Amino acid sequence: MIIPAIAFYVFAAVTVAAGVMVISARNPVHSVLFLILAFFNAAGLFVLMGAEFIAMILVIVYVGAVAVLFLFVVMMLDINFVELRQGFLQYLPIGALVGLVLMAELVLILGSWAIAPDTAERAASPTPAMTEVTNTHAIGSVLYTDYIYLFQAAGVILLIAMVGAIVLTLRSREGVKRQRISVQVSRTREESVELKHVEPGSGV
Amino acid sequence: MIEIGLSHYLTVAAILFTLGVFGIFLNRKNVIIILMSIELILLAVNINLVAFSVYLNDLVGQVFALLVLAIAAAEAAIGLAVIVVYFRNRGSIAVEDINLMKG
Repeated sequence: MIIPAIAFYVFAAVTVAAGVMVISARNPVHSVLFLILAFFNAAGLFVLMGAEFIAMILVIVYVGAVAVLFLFVVMMLDINFVELRQGFLQYLPIGALVGLVLMAELVLILGSWAIAPDTAERAASPTPAMTEVTNTHAIGSVLYTDYIYLFQAAGVILLIAMVGAIVLTLRSREGVKRQRISVQVSRTREESVELKHVEPGSGV
Repeated sequence: MIEIGLSHYLTVAAILFTLGVFGIFLNRKNVIIILMSIELILLAVNINLVAFSVYLNDLVGQVFALLVLAIAAAEAAIGLAVIVVYFRNRGSIAVEDINLMKG
């Protein structure tokens, strides 16, 4: 009983601390690394809750793809990040105000909500017992049957995002020498070799 | 305190969400940190969805968390592509420099 509690508090504390560091680190590279730490610990929280599939997907998608993308962009752009940090303290009061108001509202909600007693019986797709079916199997049997259209729509959105990102960042630069095989192959003898008749003793 | 229930997870998610919103205000000039704050907000939402899904024994919450994950990945890819293009054209990504459409 005590081990899950300790694990929860460790994961939660590290997640929140990493979140604080993401928004306050001086160097954006450090921000990205703390974001990765936050995602790893959130995955730990998901494992504690018994949602292993989401946890693994979180590590694969966020740490493996999104965070690396962030790291790539941060390192690729040549920006003076110190300059960008000026005025950091200027926005602190209004940010703290908005954060406090939001936090107070969330605490109010957290303190006063109740779940209707018959909610669990009205679940759209009840979770099968862990001993019978694994979490991944259960999610698959729901996702590929009842929610297949949403799944397909998510795939289409990812495709559109991929095409959009490629179209946005693709550019054809002038003056770059490339090998064009079709041009090389279609060269004929007439246009590339010329016979000159050179008079003896006169030079070309 | 020892018994970990739904409200513990909701508290963590609430703190992360607030941190994300706070980060957007704090780093008004740096678009990359703003994108990272949005990722934090989406992570908080995911924690909420999965916590309720586990607590209410309903798998739909986890399916929805999966979809949110997909959309977050798409959003990050597009956002970073826009930043790269903007940096190529203007040589800066400061938010206050983004005023080409101001007229």
